[in-house]
Amino acid sequence: MVIGKVVGTIVTTISHAHYKHRRLLVVQPLSLEDGDTSGDFVALDNSQAGIGDTVLVLREGSGARQVLENKDACVISVIVGIVDSVSIT
Amino acid sequence: MLFGRVKGTAVCTQKYPGTEGLKLLIVQPVDKHLQPLGGLQVAADVVQAGQGDLCVMVRSREAALALPDIKFVPVDLTLIGIVDELNVHPDGEFNYTLKKGLNQFT
Repeated sequence: MVIGKVVGTIVTTISHAHYKHRRLLVVQPLSLEDGDTSGDFVALDNSQAGIGDTVLVLREGSGARQVLENKDACVISVIVGIVDSVSIT
Repeated sequence: MLFGRVKGTAVCTQKYPGTEGLKLLIVQPVDKHLQPLGGLQVAADVVQAGQGDLCVMVRSREAALALPDIKFVPVDLTLIGIVDELNVHPDGEFNYTLKKGLNQFT
């Protein structure tokens, strides 16, 4: 799982049936280095996240299928939580 | 899951059993600002995307699951949505760095 910031929203009228009724968001992973803006990806929202939220993203297919309760879901990245705080030691 | 821009089509006469009738497109993976990311790739298409369309794609095993009938085929990139509207905030707007100590987000 990764921690990321929601930086964008996507509207798709035509999409696969497994993606209907859920929002697709653009997520930028957070890092320890300054100014790293690469590695962004698209994730399906399962936590009512919005732009600017820090989120926990599951990036693995079988876990995503379990979250979506669909054993054939063609989804890899799912937002499974909204992060309140992170402590780095 | 990632963005891709459709650049063309690929036609194969000899195909692995199970992949007959699949529409193959040449796509350029792009980042959130629609800048190209790496080289061209070939993706299967289930949403009838066309030339120049911006799409959302899924990789790995889930690409094969996105296909309509046979679920166990040698496919590792599939287009699963056509992007109509994309709203991405500029990089400077949010802080992508985790500092040492407590990072409070709410």
